[in-house]
Amino acid sequence: MCGIYIHIPFCKRKCIYCDFYSVCGDDNLYSDFVSALNRSIERRKDKRIAVDTVYFGGGTPTVLKSSQLALILNTVKNCFDVTPNAEITVESNPCTVTAESLSGLFNSGFNRISFGIQSANDDELSALSRLHNYKQAREAVLNAKKAGFTNISADIMIGILNQTRQSLADSIEKITSLPVSHISAYMLKVEENTPLDEMIKTDGSILKSIADDDEMSDRYLLMCRLLEEKGFLHYEISNFAKSGFESRHNLKYWRCEEYLGFGPHAHSYIDNKRYFEDCDVFTFIKRKGYPKITYTDTDVDKAKEYIMLSLRLAKGLDTDRLAGLDNEGRYGNIVSNAIEINRLADERLINISQNGKHLSLTERGFLVSNTVISRLLN
Amino acid sequence: MRKEQIRNFCIIAHIDHGKSTLADRILELTSSVELRDMEEQLLDNMDIERERGITIKARAVRLNYKSKNGETYVFNLIDTPGHVDFNYEVSRSLAACEGAILVVDASQGIEAQTLANTYLAIEHDLEVLPVVNKIDLPSADPQNACEEIENVIGIPALDAPRISAKMGTNIEEVLERVITDIPAPKGDDNAPLKALIFDSYYDQYKGVIIFVRVKEGTLKVGDTIKLFATGAEFQTVEIGYMGATSLVPSGKLRSGEVGYIAASIKDIGDTRVGDTVTSVEHTCSEPLEGYKKVNPMVYSGIYPADGAKYPDLRDALEKLRLNDASLSFEPETSIALGFGFRCGFLGLLHMEIIAERLEREYNLDLITTAPSVIYKVTMTNGEVLYIDNPTNYPDPGLIASAEEPVVSSNILTPSEFVGNIMELCQDRRGTFKDMKYLDETRVELHYELPLNEIVYDFFDALKSRTRGYASFDYEMKGYRVSKLVKLDILLNGEVVDALSFIVHTDKAYARGRRICEKLKETIPRQLFEVPVQAAIGGKIIARETVKALRKDVLAKCYGGDITRKKKLLEKQKEGKKKMRQLGSVEVPQEAFMSVLKLDE
Repeated sequence: MCGIYIHIPFCKRKCIYCDFYSVCGDDNLYSDFVSALNRSIERRKDKRIAVDTVYFGGGTPTVLKSSQLALILNTVKNCFDVTPNAEITVESNPCTVTAESLSGLFNSGFNRISFGIQSANDDELSALSRLHNYKQAREAVLNAKKAGFTNISADIMIGILNQTRQSLADSIEKITSLPVSHISAYMLKVEENTPLDEMIKTDGSILKSIADDDEMSDRYLLMCRLLEEKGFLHYEISNFAKSGFESRHNLKYWRCEEYLGFGPHAHSYIDNKRYFEDCDVFTFIKRKGYPKITYTDTDVDKAKEYIMLSLRLAKGLDTDRLAGLDNEGRYGNIVSNAIEINRLADERLINISQNGKHLSLTERGFLVSNTVISRLLN
Repeated sequence: MRKEQIRNFCIIAHIDHGKSTLADRILELTSSVELRDMEEQLLDNMDIERERGITIKARAVRLNYKSKNGETYVFNLIDTPGHVDFNYEVSRSLAACEGAILVVDASQGIEAQTLANTYLAIEHDLEVLPVVNKIDLPSADPQNACEEIENVIGIPALDAPRISAKMGTNIEEVLERVITDIPAPKGDDNAPLKALIFDSYYDQYKGVIIFVRVKEGTLKVGDTIKLFATGAEFQTVEIGYMGATSLVPSGKLRSGEVGYIAASIKDIGDTRVGDTVTSVEHTCSEPLEGYKKVNPMVYSGIYPADGAKYPDLRDALEKLRLNDASLSFEPETSIALGFGFRCGFLGLLHMEIIAERLEREYNLDLITTAPSVIYKVTMTNGEVLYIDNPTNYPDPGLIASAEEPVVSSNILTPSEFVGNIMELCQDRRGTFKDMKYLDETRVELHYELPLNEIVYDFFDALKSRTRGYASFDYEMKGYRVSKLVKLDILLNGEVVDALSFIVHTDKAYARGRRICEKLKETIPRQLFEVPVQAAIGGKIIARETVKALRKDVLAKCYGGDITRKKKLLEKQKEGKKKMRQLGSVEVPQEAFMSVLKLDE
């Protein structure tokens, strides 16, 4: 089964910390984009490809009209074999939806919606230059529920400027009391060339209002505990879900399954190749759906990717599957290197299953996953 | 050419007082170098020399100067190394001359090193010609500089040429004074050959080229020469003098002349600076005075950061030694660092230069351990050991007595800093010898200092305590009994041999604590908590802890874009390459030098 990712590179306003590709556009640009996007999907038409997840990400897909999103989804359905029970997600921001637009989305086939709520504290929201306040976020979720969505996700951010452990706990309490079944939690990271980065360069004191690594770790662990208490399972480094509500689309990434991406900068992994649409939105429109592809890996080391990606999951890696992928036996010693493994286990950074067939990171291990993974790889 | 028309001289100056610039002007004035061949500061032709403003190797050049009196003279300008590490080389360069131009900065006056070299010149019976430079500076006070030369050194200086080497002012006056003030060489062309080696270097095609000053006799191409110190004999292939830009064969050298000899010599170790060259056919009975074998004063372990580069490091060291007989190295093994070399240097600067050249010219990534001096240990069974590697320091129970090298040092400073300097010297276990006022504002201090207290950072500490005004010079004095202990550093409970060092008992605690603190700053947090301990024998005297790493960068894998994650892992891998794995601890390369920079 294949997943489809649609990148909608528009935002009403860029958030200060964001370094993903998106632009602020107008109605003309939106409609030109939609036609180009539709054509690019059509050019890739292949009914033999069975699709069980579709994910509209961004940017903020809901800056487009529901009818435009419906049109794109329709194109996907016409071009690929989308299964009846497919998970179809749209990302949105609370102030880009209304009761009507949400009904429109649900009725046109979207069955999962993810809101960039980030915090239930309005000061924190404005510190991030988000356009919504918490009241709007709450309404948006309730409206989505009313419209028929039962699979609703919310983003929460750790380490927002001036956030405290208490305010984080408050946000978690408030957001989990809404009808959401999935939480994505990310830590604020100052990316290069973002407005936040520039702000810090001019005023270094801003850094003091952002949690340091130790504090960030404490908050992460606090959040894990609070979400667990609320019945959310920690199934991936940054993702938590009520049982059965794990994001099937995102799981494909961690399980090294195939997906096709459409739209500027959208990534694909199919037929053993990784590539992405290497152009901005304006070029994308000009090319009228002809792809401009750049390969990110000409020779995919599947075993290495599997280690790197599967260890993001609470389930971790399956040594049998690894052995199957590791034709050249490069990573055969990962589990057999008992000294290293035992040391990591002693420090409670990894778990090894009873039968020794599964290796996974603990919550503390997730926090240092790069270091652990690179130790395992070398 | 008649001997009366030869002048052999060198230039003595403190760093930055303008020695190289004056040399350049002299080269220009004697038209020895076409303008298009002029490279700024021609005599210092190693990159490092130019960057650091110092001369590492001695060099010599022959110039023709047409004097105002109508006669043409041959000048042999012999450049001297400009650092205390190379004192012996300096003395040999001086021994090749009849005179020295003493360059003093008109705004700064005399510095310790200039003073030391001037005394050295006077000891060698050189005629010293003082010159006051940088008169173009607004802060210049030539009159005062002249008075200082008279008062401090005790040579007449009131009529010293006042010049600006930079602007080219009054350079001719200096050259005229070289003729009138510096004596022509003496010597008997028919006497047995006696020539002094004052430098040598390795040429790929000709083998070792020896720079000599012929004191007595005559040497012709084809003659077989004998080197006194080693007894080695070689047939000369080429003989000549040093032109401004190349060697000029002349077929023979006579007493009083300065020139070079090529004799297909393969090993620079055969041609020791200070040794006497004589001819087998006409052998002299006694060598020239003053030869001594130079021994390294400072030792340090040099290891390739990448163990696979060990053979490359060996090749590079061998190549450097072709040109530098004072560099010594022996293979050694460290549990922490693997295979490397224990290298001996004349001093800290020499060590830094070698390390820098290895990295730059041979593209090697190195780990250098903290420098050590040579300790003399008398064992209870009477055996005497010389220890150049702290790892080999014997068990205290087996030691009857331990001695460390001491130097006698000479510090020149403006009087306001005397207090600071005394404090520093006391802190470095110095013994005060005497102090004298050179004039109302300048003081000369004499201290005896243990060498191991000055090989690390003494010079920097001195500069920072005197706002850069004090200058410093030293010479080996001998060994002194001392209370020494070996301090071990443990990471995660295990001794890291490459971090061990020898220290005086009284300073062990403070030093141990400071090193632990420093290592705590240098070693990045790892997945596990890392105790950093200092120990004497089995006893822990200091401890710090590098806390466990809590969090690293979490990569977003948004929209299936895993490139960021891959980049992070690549970065991690790159970072790891700069680390040394000691047991389960990853230690950055600079940690091994951190013991050097305790003052920061």
